[in-house]
Amino acid sequence: MKLTLMVNGARHEVDVHPARRLLDVVREDLGLTGAKEGCGEGECGACTVLIEGKPVMSCLVPVCQVEDKALTTIEGLASSEGALSRLQAEFADHGGAQCGICTPGMILAAEAWLQAPGSAENMAEALAGNLCRCTGYTKIFEAVEAARKDGEA
Amino acid sequence: MRSHLEDFDVACPKTLAEALELLAAKPGSMTPLAGATDLFVLLNAGQLAPTHFLSLAGIPELAMPASWDEDRYTMPALTTYTETRHDARVVAELPLLASAACELGALQIQNRGTWAGNIANSSPAADGVPPLLAYDAVVELASVRGRRWIALADYFTGYKQTLRAPDELITNVTAQVPAAGARHYWRKVGARKLQAISKVVAAGVLERDVTGVVTRVRLALGSVAPIPLRARHVELAVTGLPLGTATTDVALAALASDIAPIDDVRSTRDYRLRIARNLVRAFLAP
Amino acid sequence: MAPDRLLGTSPTRTDGAAKVTGQARYVDDLPFEGALHGKTIRTTVARGRLRGIRYLPGVPWDEFVIVTAQDIPGANVVTLIDTDQPYLVHDQVRHAAEPVVLIAHADKGLVEKAARLVELDITPEPAVFTLDDSLKAGAQGDAQYGADNVFKHFHVARGDAQAALANAPVVVTGTYETGAQEQLYIEPQGVVAVASPEDGVTVWGSMQCPYYVHKALGPLFGLPPGKVRVIQAVTGGGFGGKEEYPNVIAGHAALLAWKSGRPVKLIYDRLEDMWATTKRHPSRTRVSAGFARDGTLLALDIQVLLDGGAYLTLSPVVLSRGTLHAAGAYRCDDVTIDSRAVFTNAPPYGAFRGFGAPQTIFAIEMHMERAARELGMDPLALRRKNFLRAGDILPTGQVLADDPGLPALLDDALAAVDWPARHAAHTRHNAVAGGSRRGLGVATFFHGCGFTGSGEVKLASRAAVEIAEDGHVRVLAASTDIGQGTITIFGQIVAERLGVGLAEIEVAEPDTRYVPDSGPTVASRTTMVVGGLLDAAAADLLEALVAAGRLPAGGFSAEQFRAAACAHRAAGGEARFERQYTPPEGVSWDDATYTGDAYATYAWSAQVADIEIDPVTAQVEVRDFVAVQEVGRVLHPTLAAGQIEGGVAQGIGWAISEEVVLKDGAMANHQLTNYIVPTAADAPPIRVTFFEHRYAHGPGGAKGIGELPMDGPAPAIGAAIADALGVILPRIPFVPERVLPALDAATGAAR
Repeated sequence: MKLTLMVNGARHEVDVHPARRLLDVVREDLGLTGAKEGCGEGECGACTVLIEGKPVMSCLVPVCQVEDKALTTIEGLASSEGALSRLQAEFADHGGAQCGICTPGMILAAEAWLQAPGSAENMAEALAGNLCRCTGYTKIFEAVEAARKDGEA
Repeated sequence: MRSHLEDFDVACPKTLAEALELLAAKPGSMTPLAGATDLFVLLNAGQLAPTHFLSLAGIPELAMPASWDEDRYTMPALTTYTETRHDARVVAELPLLASAACELGALQIQNRGTWAGNIANSSPAADGVPPLLAYDAVVELASVRGRRWIALADYFTGYKQTLRAPDELITNVTAQVPAAGARHYWRKVGARKLQAISKVVAAGVLERDVTGVVTRVRLALGSVAPIPLRARHVELAVTGLPLGTATTDVALAALASDIAPIDDVRSTRDYRLRIARNLVRAFLAP
Repeated sequence: MAPDRLLGTSPTRTDGAAKVTGQARYVDDLPFEGALHGKTIRTTVARGRLRGIRYLPGVPWDEFVIVTAQDIPGANVVTLIDTDQPYLVHDQVRHAAEPVVLIAHADKGLVEKAARLVELDITPEPAVFTLDDSLKAGAQGDAQYGADNVFKHFHVARGDAQAALANAPVVVTGTYETGAQEQLYIEPQGVVAVASPEDGVTVWGSMQCPYYVHKALGPLFGLPPGKVRVIQAVTGGGFGGKEEYPNVIAGHAALLAWKSGRPVKLIYDRLEDMWATTKRHPSRTRVSAGFARDGTLLALDIQVLLDGGAYLTLSPVVLSRGTLHAAGAYRCDDVTIDSRAVFTNAPPYGAFRGFGAPQTIFAIEMHMERAARELGMDPLALRRKNFLRAGDILPTGQVLADDPGLPALLDDALAAVDWPARHAAHTRHNAVAGGSRRGLGVATFFHGCGFTGSGEVKLASRAAVEIAEDGHVRVLAASTDIGQGTITIFGQIVAERLGVGLAEIEVAEPDTRYVPDSGPTVASRTTMVVGGLLDAAAADLLEALVAAGRLPAGGFSAEQFRAAACAHRAAGGEARFERQYTPPEGVSWDDATYTGDAYATYAWSAQVADIEIDPVTAQVEVRDFVAVQEVGRVLHPTLAAGQIEGGVAQGIGWAISEEVVLKDGAMANHQLTNYIVPTAADAPPIRVTFFEHRYAHGPGGAKGIGELPMDGPAPAIGAAIADALGVILPRIPFVPERVLPALDAATGAAR
């Protein structure tokens, strides 16, 4: 099936099986390997991408359902010159990333929450769909809070 | 990803009529696909037999916003948990729907998962079903033969079995606001706060008259029987009684006739039984 | 001494930018043109004889690469300690999920479909799944390992524990059990291999120990070391789970590549990873302790049993560490520790952060709680009475040279929660009928840094620094960054020693073609041992430049350094400086008698857990957690705190929710939906404080810290539950199903 995908502001024409997972299309057809497969069950959040600013588990999304919707992957956060977003910089500086495998999904979920704070009761709830096994979440919370304060300044 | 995609295909109808025709043409061989948060877990695990997916995503009638008609709230098939939990009137008047939506999976699942899909998946642990049962939900089924409406309480007939005919599609689910002043009770017990399949889940609504006697009660339980269900024996037992220790005892005695929890990989029969009893106690606390 | 410029600061981690932008390439992200996708076909039967393999119709089998035991060019043995584990079942099946057939095809989906069409014909035999059944079978002549189903046995004795117990006024006995635990690195295991008889074998993989894999691949193919190359890809977590298991996957991927002539990607999905790979050893520990009436510990008799699964793998080493931590942080001159690792028909258990110590520390710490109650003493007072001090002697005869400082660590941890006030508040809270139950609990413990005894000597690790063409310095070590920050720490140590900035140091990718064998990335040794080697090598490099007159002894800029190093190299001066491990003076160990200095040094800790038990569901929630530790030197505060926070979180998971449910010995709940690790919504505050008593033989004074935090949370939570309910729960995880009866007992609740 021929589909037009809008990813990180750019148009991509792909010809793929309609039930192909968005995760696989992003990684294999578009070469954006930031989204990861951690479980294939929608439990770990390592595959998180944003559909119109809302986080989803891309391992559970059939690509035929997201044609023409604005999709954001981790590769879409830094500026085109490569400058890290505020949140990315805080993660790197504050120990929010250790092994880094959960990091792309975690940053996207956090970014979505920072843009729409009402989408969850609090930060912990906003990030509950992104498992981290390295950090105990402490420094992830610190990084997101630092970015949130940066945004208020 | 354990499935071979060549064994599957996806039809993407643009209208409800088109979808119903496809279902009628190949009844039983099409699998309606909404947010995919259940079906793609099975696909990923290689546990889905080859099928023709029927993607509902592009159907405008099913994607309309949920709406109110006096004290009835109708959710078209593609209504997501996210939409529901942020509806101020739902939070105020159908709080169990909001609570269930907030505790289902995590945000990523809530953004894609649908009430209709949860019903269609018909798991005994379906978190969306008990609150809908507590609100006397009605399921609308459509086919080329027309529309019909079934009480959600009658919808499940056995483990993973429902009254939906192979050529039918769930198109709407409607919930009824109870009387003002009713007690709304919700508790989901899982292994952790979010991203948890319930071990026991209870949704209840209770109305009393001026003397404090129970006039109307709905108690819906999940994960304690082959289907999510109304605890009819409990409801019958407490109707007409005031809340108090004696009534609670009567309810607990009746509970045994309503549920049949089991040991499984997540919990034990004994634990489920004990917690179900505790939830009933909490629901009926004076 | 000049103040440290870099050590003790927290520069942004070197690999941080790549990780936060999604540019970091993990093994499944690496592009390989024309690669096939591999899959492993495994038994579902736990013990039996393989009679045949059938390939059912439904896929074009002629397009597939198929490998069985018969295809193995060299020895069908996974190199570790013993030679009992095959790469592929030849005829004897010893555990469910045991690999039998490997298949590969270019179409990943087709491979999965094909995997379901391979039928294994196995005649089942009676299997043993419990410690007791296995020991009984061993005693009755039906051993499946050695003569008696015991992989390894240690016996440590100092003084006369039996006599001391007999004479003790109070004897307290208890048995404690811990369950398996899945490492649950968020990146599943995976390896890509390229192989041919002409060119040898090259693998890229998610791994902790490139040289372990290197040593395993040679014999599998009958290749000399020079024909095997192992490269660590950016690795998404390990925690021990990628210590030895990658030997197996790498071998499998390489076998498929060898036979097909194509690159092969063998990437596990989570379902397979959880079902088939290693987990923490389940344990059962019986403690008999003799006390004087004032709480003085007089005798300890400890029996440890670990379930090793179906092959020896690393069980002797796990048992060793468990044994050496079993007597806890307490002074006792009459100690016996008898420990055994036992065979069962389960997938082999393996390395997981802590490596035996969390299991035995759980037992001794819970036992102190039990003993305190039987003695009518406050558990804190009982601990203080018996804390190890400088000059005390450990069970293997080691004299503690340095003061552990346990009272100060405990005081600090208690102060952090304002223990007296909070405890009193909890007591008042618990008096209210029908409410939740709150409790505070403590754990005090140590963790030995580096390999046990002669282990580091046997490893003979090497690490080097070299001057690159443009004068920057390259670190060459086989230690891997698996999230803990190895790359950054090594850069800091070397930059500090050379007097330059972090930007001048490059840490080479761990590629066995280019880096020496620095030993495995395990055992809390990476900073202390390998970092120490690099510190010394960097000093050698600096001295060479100074001696050659290219640099002044002190006070030069980064540019001057580069110019000097460049010139030195261009003029033919020595550019590579390597150091090999030598044990610190005064540290000696006797393998034969298992006596002497068990570890070169120890890190010490006190942890406090503040918990609440839900009255309706019996769920345990951790509301606050404090971890205080003495670690020699904190080289990078953010990375160090990250290790403690992460280790505590894993310990909490093991304590309250991570249950491995077994069916036929293998994990039945092998989906992430059903294996419960904490999410952000469950995370308690974790408050970390460091004490530093500089360790003379660690770079900058640093000891190891990676595993230490794992040892305390389970007993601290167990102690808090005992505080809340008055009951010692001797088995983890403390899932609500197990807590409920204790809650009932405490509250007299209606059922």
